[in-house]
Amino acid sequence: MAAVSKQPPGELDQLDPNFGGDALTLKPESYLSMVWRRFRRHKLAMAGLCFLILMYFVAVFAPYIATQSYRHTDPPNRLQPPSGEHWMGTDHIGRDLFSRVIWGSQISLSVGFVAAGVAVVLGTVIGAVAGYFGGVIDNLLMRFTEIVMSFPTFFLLITIVSIVERSIFNIMLVIGFTSWPGLARMVRGQFLSLREQEFVLAARALGGSNARIIFRHILPNAMAPVIVSATLRIGGAILTESGLSFLGLGVQEPFPSWGNIINGGRTFLRQAPWICAFPGIFIFLTVLSFNYVGDGLRDALDPRLKD
Amino acid sequence: MDNPLNHAATDGPDTGNGDVLLEVRNLKKYFPLRGGIFSRVQGWIKAVDDVSFDVYQGETLGLVGESGCGKTTTGKCILRLEQPTSGAVLFEGKDVLSMNSDELRTLRREMQIIFQDPYGSLNPRMTVGDIVGEAFVIHGIASGTEKTQRVEELLRVVGLSPYHARRYPHEFSGGQRQRIGIARALALRPKLIICDEPVSALDVSIQSQILNLLKDLQDEFQLTYVFIAHDLSVVQHISDRVGVMYLGRLVELTDGDTLYSSPKHPYTQALLSAIPVPDPEHKKERLVLEGDVPSSLEPPSGCSFHTRCLYCQDICRQVRPEWREIEKGHFVACHLAE
Repeated sequence: MAAVSKQPPGELDQLDPNFGGDALTLKPESYLSMVWRRFRRHKLAMAGLCFLILMYFVAVFAPYIATQSYRHTDPPNRLQPPSGEHWMGTDHIGRDLFSRVIWGSQISLSVGFVAAGVAVVLGTVIGAVAGYFGGVIDNLLMRFTEIVMSFPTFFLLITIVSIVERSIFNIMLVIGFTSWPGLARMVRGQFLSLREQEFVLAARALGGSNARIIFRHILPNAMAPVIVSATLRIGGAILTESGLSFLGLGVQEPFPSWGNIINGGRTFLRQAPWICAFPGIFIFLTVLSFNYVGDGLRDALDPRLKD
Repeated sequence: MDNPLNHAATDGPDTGNGDVLLEVRNLKKYFPLRGGIFSRVQGWIKAVDDVSFDVYQGETLGLVGESGCGKTTTGKCILRLEQPTSGAVLFEGKDVLSMNSDELRTLRREMQIIFQDPYGSLNPRMTVGDIVGEAFVIHGIASGTEKTQRVEELLRVVGLSPYHARRYPHEFSGGQRQRIGIARALALRPKLIICDEPVSALDVSIQSQILNLLKDLQDEFQLTYVFIAHDLSVVQHISDRVGVMYLGRLVELTDGDTLYSSPKHPYTQALLSAIPVPDPEHKKERLVLEGDVPSSLEPPSGCSFHTRCLYCQDICRQVRPEWREIEKGHFVACHLAE
């Protein structure tokens, strides 16, 4: 109080250069480094992230890690249990399971990434356009979204997959094309509330174009939930692909994916449970990791949580 | 240096050189109210209903009224941030409402806006430098080092430091954020700035700083302000002329001194009597208005104020009062004013 009362009243309209001082004398922290600092505190998410990074190295360097080709058969050594030679045992035609699981990680992870990528791009664009322009455009796009949503996704997938050629690429696209509606609605909601914000009005008052306002002002502020949802969706897409492959409708033999390895081992579950167990463990750990990372990101990106 | 609260008194009113910069004629903005299964239009909310006024070069025109009376919508319509339902807005004689998008972009250099909420009006993902310098990028005026220099210059003008350009908005206090908003509005060197309640969200001690900054900038850059507020004492401090709005209509408009010394409209009289006087000895008569503001969905017939007016007559219930000039420069919409 004493310091305040010493000031002559006229000084009030001069801004004290040290005003609001402490925070401003520190080096400014960029948004990304703040997110990273907050993410690191989430231990499970960090563990998940480490596992995923490891899996990506495995997928990228699969040719060097795998001990055999994924299509190398050795019928005399069929249904071997895990041993020093075959770390995860062999399947019903004597293929090395370790090699197939390693190769399979390439397919499963890329299916997850590409499918989630397709869903995120479609969902973001459709949601952004609907939310920003509103009116008739919004109405048309959202009714379309609801139609897509009202199909039972898995049966729609099975139908599409039985029509188109079952290449890995098609599987990725089909999963992507069926999983965007939830994201579109979320992005639309974000745009609806953000486009009324005063900083958006200010950008319009300055003469900013629609593209500038969408990409520079609204989208960066709408990205946090999109990133979280994308992360969770990668896990979801890996599961969907495994499910399809398990039904024999996904990635086709001889290409290995975790789902179709399990499908192949299903008949031998009693004699050779390891065939299903190992890819199952990888699916489980990978999806779990994506979910934890998604959770960690959600907390780290939440602007309402201060530090 | 003066006490900031005396600033206006020492400056005296300055009504500029008398050239009309902005003309608003019969401006109307009706928002459709939709409902029912097929979202049919069930009624119209008359946010701004037939408002006309002039703004002279170099002056500050205050617009006051209760919340929801349409003053902010009027400001946004002038800038075409809202598309008015009908009426005309002429800026230096050019019709703003019929402009295409290119003409409108050019107009953006002449007219700017300062917002009420110092938190919502700055993009949290952009640095202050990017926020203030965005105008230069949009209009292709400056980039690179020149942009940085201009941004730093603007920050200095509004009382911030050049190094603030690298910070993010959340690192600033409310008053500082409002200065950033002012710097952004100044970037294009506009002639007219709509100040949409620029100090309502600020602490009283900060309010006077910002008001004085606005006054200094007005002198330095020959700015014209339309100053929207709900606080009559703030408006009195900064405005040359004051317009009072009620339920989407202007009810009285005249120069500040006349308005405060001899208000003609009963609503203005009631508003003025509600200004607190910081003097415990001072006893004054309060005109207390009965009831609430009627819905702008179904405004009262005749004079929209008749439901709460102390002097209400039959004619007030039936005939909408004309917007007339009872003395030179003193406009009132009341049957009883002379």
